Amino acid sequence: MTQLALVIDLNVCVGCHACVTSCKEWNTSGPAGSMCDDNPYGKDPTGTFFNRVQTYEVGEFPLTETVHFPKSCLHCEDPPCVPVCPTGASYKRESDGIVLVDYDKCIGCRYCSWACPYGAREIDEHQKVMKKCTLCVDRIYDEELPEEERKPACVLACPTSARLFGDVHDSESEISVAIREEGGYQLMPEWGTKPSNHYLPRRKIRKHIHKDELERADNPLNKEQRKPHGPIDAPTLDDSTSW
Amino acid sequence: MNPAFSVIFLTTLIGVGQGLFLALFTGQSYSAVKLLPAATSVEFYSIGGLIALLFLVGGLIASFFHLGHPERAWRAAAMWRTSWLSREVLALPAVMGLLFIYALMHYMEWDIVLFTSEAGAELSVSLIVGILGMLATFALFLCTGMIYACIKFLQEWHTPLTVINYTLLGTASGFVLATAFATYTAPGLLKFFGIWSIIITLTALITRVASLLRNRNIKYKSSAQTAIGVRHTKVKQIAMGMMGGSVNTRDFNHHMSALFFKSIKWVFLVLVFVVPSILIWAGIEEANRTLLFSAFIVQYIGLIAERWFFFAQANHPQNIYYQTV
Repeated sequence: MTQLALVIDLNVCVGCHACVTSCKEWNTSGPAGSMCDDNPYGKDPTGTFFNRVQTYEVGEFPLTETVHFPKSCLHCEDPPCVPVCPTGASYKRESDGIVLVDYDKCIGCRYCSWACPYGAREIDEHQKVMKKCTLCVDRIYDEELPEEERKPACVLACPTSARLFGDVHDSESEISVAIREEGGYQLMPEWGTKPSNHYLPRRKIRKHIHKDELERADNPLNKEQRKPHGPIDAPTLDDSTSW
Repeated sequence: MNPAFSVIFLTTLIGVGQGLFLALFTGQSYSAVKLLPAATSVEFYSIGGLIALLFLVGGLIASFFHLGHPERAWRAAAMWRTSWLSREVLALPAVMGLLFIYALMHYMEWDIVLFTSEAGAELSVSLIVGILGMLATFALFLCTGMIYACIKFLQEWHTPLTVINYTLLGTASGFVLATAFATYTAPGLLKFFGIWSIIITLTALITRVASLLRNRNIKYKSSAQTAIGVRHTKVKQIAMGMMGGSVNTRDFNHHMSALFFKSIKWVFLVLVFVVPSILIWAGIEEANRTLLFSAFIVQYIGLIAERWFFFAQANHPQNIYYQTV
């Protein structure tokens, strides 16, 4: 069984919103029609987005850290929004695990948005149907696109490669390895929704430089000059030690 | 949650209709086993059934205002295997259909006694239709309540008390209306319905207060920490990713002051339980129609406040993601 999903690396996300704009651009131009966008340059801009980048402050000033946090539908393995739908418009695909809404069947009762603890579903207030991230289902299978572009628009747009895309059920896929080795986790595990999208935590990368690493071991007299040449074929310290 | 008046009217109106039907059926079953004088008028059951049907139709019409695409509403019957909303969509017409047959049988006086016991208890066809109607009515209460009670992360709703309150509050309002209506067509049953109204109203008071007490000490499972998965005692949102708000900021908050929210609780406790009980008591003592109808109207207004509070009180975990612009 395939379960397509995103892995979002909070360690490298810089909060640039490129994934938000590319998502909106791709999906508002798609065959399902535009996503509403009222007063885009006015006082109270509002509209439907599949993806949002939020910002959190962790810790207490001055010891704080800013976490940029992109959030879209998590394509849960046990999606609570699907069984509550009275019409069957909301469904999870057997073939690849993407949770989708059939816009032609949706009656716009909003019950599924009540049943999503993540607030991932946003009703289109013009078309009056529920919308959410499709994982760019109209893009990832499009054989007219070059193979490396058959990825969600947000993944392609990310300038820091904070977004990875693949199959979480394939234990050797890029995203499974990232989840396994970089401490990937799910959001709100307390509700048993088993989100497919995972997040990679902040990881501190520190380089320790020891004092002896600042001094050349093969220069005991601290004389800065060109290294004296021995015989060309004689072994040197550089061959046998490394810093 | 942001209370939608379409849903408030849907749930309160069908509650009255279901309760009124239960009252009619209770009257008929008591007479069938000779606990009440049998000679209650035909109008009581037929016109009473018609009024109950009108309340159900009113609720149905109100529900359409909640839909983005009411013309596709018929599709909502499809997923009855998994969705309580879909089950409600099936149960509502079932109740309406049985109620229509029940009222029509009484109006046309089409009834056959199938069986009479030695003590004189009679089992008639209309009583069987009534039993089916009663089962459908309770099924409808169950569906309506479960729509809210089944969402486990709306912790204020995720309790059997939700179903019990929907059932008892709907039944109470229907019995109060039956009491007022009995002044026209069945004055002999005034005390019977009046006392039952007070009993059901006070039982509903106990269960509703129980749910208020439960929700007062609720411990939320989700927090900013579980929402973004950062294990630190201090996690604060500084931007929600948009400036003008969205469905997420509009649909999941009641947007009223804390004072207004708190006062609605006391308003409904007085209007649904205290005032109607006193009015019914006074009304059946004096057989005063005005008092009894005001009891119903006051209680119905109180139920609108109660339903508003029910929705407004539910705190959706998605709000954790939408704290600051």
